Parts: sequence; C-alpha cells; structure tokens
Amino acid sequence: MALDQNIINRWHNADIVLLGGSAGSFKIIFQLAKNFSLQLNKTVIIVIHRKKNFFSEIEDLFSQNIRIMFKEISDKDKINKNTVYIAPANYHTLIEKDGYFSLDVSEAVWYSKPSIDVTFESAADIYKDRCIAILMSGANQDGAEGLLKLRNSGALTIVQDPADAEMTQMPEAAININAAEYVLRTDEIIELFKK
Amino acid sequence: MEVSSDSITSKQLGEVIDLVKKIYGFDFSDYTKASLKRRVARIMMLKKLEFYDLKHVLVNDQQFFQEFLEEITVNVTEMFRDPNFYKAMNSQVIPYLSTYQHIKIWSAGCSSGEEVYSLAILMKEAGLTKKSFIYGTDINTEVLKEARKGIYSLRKIKSFAENYLLTTLNGSITDHFTILYDAATIQNELKHNTLFSVHNLISDTIFNEFQLITCRNVFIYFETELQERILDLFYNSLCPHGFLCLGSKETIRSERFRDKFKVINQKQNIYQKIGT
Repeated sequence: MALDQNIINRWHNADIVLLGGSAGSFKIIFQLAKNFSLQLNKTVIIVIHRKKNFFSEIEDLFSQNIRIMFKEISDKDKINKNTVYIAPANYHTLIEKDGYFSLDVSEAVWYSKPSIDVTFESAADIYKDRCIAILMSGANQDGAEGLLKLRNSGALTIVQDPADAEMTQMPEAAININAAEYVLRTDEIIELFKK
Repeated sequence: MEVSSDSITSKQLGEVIDLVKKIYGFDFSDYTKASLKRRVARIMMLKKLEFYDLKHVLVNDQQFFQEFLEEITVNVTEMFRDPNFYKAMNSQVIPYLSTYQHIKIWSAGCSSGEEVYSLAILMKEAGLTKKSFIYGTDINTEVLKEARKGIYSLRKIKSFAENYLLTTLNGSITDHFTILYDAATIQNELKHNTLFSVHNLISDTIFNEFQLITCRNVFIYFETELQERILDLFYNSLCPHGFLCLGSKETIRSERFRDKFKVINQKQNIYQKIGT
C-alpha cells in the first residue's frame, strides 16, 4: 500500500520528528535511526522509557551505527538539524521556544521519567504544525495525551498499528482518545523515513 | 496524573511572573519557561483554580503565596542520585579535600536534605567527619524543615539503598540510619555536621568560604544568563582550588567561566576553581 500523499507532503514540510515508545519499541526506533541520511534535513528527538542507573548500551549502539549526529540531551543543548537526540534517563526533557532543550527532575508521569507526554506537550507548544510525532509500542498510556495535544496544535500524529506492536497499550491508548491522525504499519513507518 | 501544560499561555505565565515579582519580590523571570509553565499549571490543577482565580489569590492571599512558592520549585530528589557521581567524588575529589584543615561544604538548592546527608555519609566513610561541615540551603522554608528532621520513609530508603549499592561505599545505607517502625532517621553524628538555612541564589550573596560547592539539578531551571550570575557567586564563595559540582547533565557553558574552572570530571561535571 502506498503512503497517503498528505502524509508525504507534511513529512517534507516538517523539520522536527518526535519518536516515542516504551517496551518493545527500541528495535524499530533503532532500525529507523540506522537509515537516517544526511538529506534528512530534520531534527529527530527520541523519548524511550529508560531506567535510572541502568547504563544500557543505547548511546554506543546509536552513535556507532548511524550516519548523522547523535547526542544524549544535556541541559540547554541547542536543537540542531540533522541530529538525533535521545532523552536522558531520570529527567524529563522539555523544549524551549528559543530553540534549545531544558531538563526537569520533577515527579514521574505515568511512573516514567523521561515521560513521553512531557516532551510531546512542550513540543506542541513550540512547534505546532512544523512537527511529526510517532508513538510506538509500549506497556502503559504515557504519550497518548501528549500526542493528542500535538494533533490539536497541528502536528502530524502517527501511531504504530497495535497489530504490529509488541506491546499494544501505548498505541491503543492514543487511538482510543483520538490522538492518531494516521495508524501505520511498521513497514509504512520505515517507508516514510525514506521519502 | 497528567499535568496539562496548555492550561496557560506564555503571556499568562509572564503575568504571573510580573505579579509575584511586584508583590513578593521573588524574581522568576530568568527561570526556564517550559518547566515553569508546567509548575504553574500543576498548582492550578491541584488547587482547582482557573487563571483568573490564580491571579486573584496571588494578589490577596499571602498564605497562598507560601504554598505557591513551595509548589513552584521542584523538590524531587534522592540520596546518592547518580551513583557514578559519588564514585567520582570518592576517587577524584575526596583525596584532595582531605588535605585541608577544615572542609566546609555548601549544598545549594538542597531541598529535603537527601544530598546533604549523602555527602555527610561520603565524608564519614572517608574518615573526614570530624573536620567537615555541610551547609544546606534552599529558597523553600518548608523543605528545609523536612531536611532538618532527616527522617525518610522506608519506601524511600529502599530506593536510596539501590543507589548506595552502586556507589560501592562500604556496608549498606541503613548503617547510617536509626530505623523505627516505617521511618528511618539519619544518625545524630551525621546530623550534627549539618546546618540548613534559607538562601535565595538569585538575590542573596556570599555567606562563607567553601572547599566544595554542590549545586546539582538546579541550573536546569535557570536560563543561561542567570546560571552565569550564580556561577559568579559560586566562584567567589570557593577557596583557591575549591571544587564545584553541577548535575550530570549540567555543564558550564559560559566562555568567561570556562577559563575560571578546570574540568575534573567531564561526565559528572565536577570542576575545580583556577586562580584566587
């Protein structure tokens, strides 16, 4: 099935891509990231639920396997194009209007820090229709509310088809509150990044 | 519970900042806006207030302002948050500090005291309790009351214990507490080495000279110009070759200060003052 022309047009117009996921999402996010090319001309911000004190090899895996800049976010980092950012563990990541990140150690949201909702909501405030957000596999409902706010502020919102997701709660929660403008299969999401 | 951040606009946030500054003299204008917005939205949700009502009570109810001040600052913290930071302290900073006659430490933005007591334990494990003293300061008087008590629930202690284990310090965290029913109290020996008092990093000045200043996960709430002003305060509060520790995701960005501090640990953002 070919992707809807509306999705492709908005993909080309967006300069920010937000990727959110939890349990079961890492594999697909990593697969997407491996294919990012220098022609991407966008900023990619990844928020995956991570445990504190758990020094996973996520950073090493990403920086060794992708072709564009990769960075775990530090406070007040400038948001650059052609760069993949990942939210650090045990902080919430927020987006400031002057084009930089700020971090926050406040209460966990849906038992999660980083919380996808927190980043998505602050992105909705700043980026409006300049961004695309994709919410994937996960075992709780973090991200759904934030995705709805993004949709209401004009962003293109996509949810991974629960039939394709290892954990269905997160995509289903978003679909249930009507936060998903499109529900796409995994291969369609991968296809989109090649446009 | 989810906090809705679109319940106020940037313009409304500006109005709240102005009001608080004019009436109470607290200046939040150089705080990072996205997180401040979430805090104000959170207060409105907790107190079930619309924006108009929020302004009304802020103007007319001094008691409410105290609660507002407590809620607007983030007071989430843990003992031994970032175990690798404490490991780095042990190997790179403590040996140097132990050469001083007296070790005065300032934990700026200490919230409910977890970091102060973590440092007290670190000093004790290094055999430096007798010659060290730790000042904990915060803008928020309520959290300081908690800090002075030094009492934490067992549920919290359990999560602190996981951090403690990763620091590779001796024994377990409970060795430093007296446990009664479902609460743990920090041992008197450690408590005697601490003093908690109110200090506003934005408006207050130098109050002592320190060998070590820790200010972790406070700069994240400040814009870079304000960070720079506070770096100035820290620089002037440190003895020659004194140490400054920021949070693991906070770096000194100002060119002016990069020449004034030497990086001791890049990953944990531990710095040492250069010059006098």
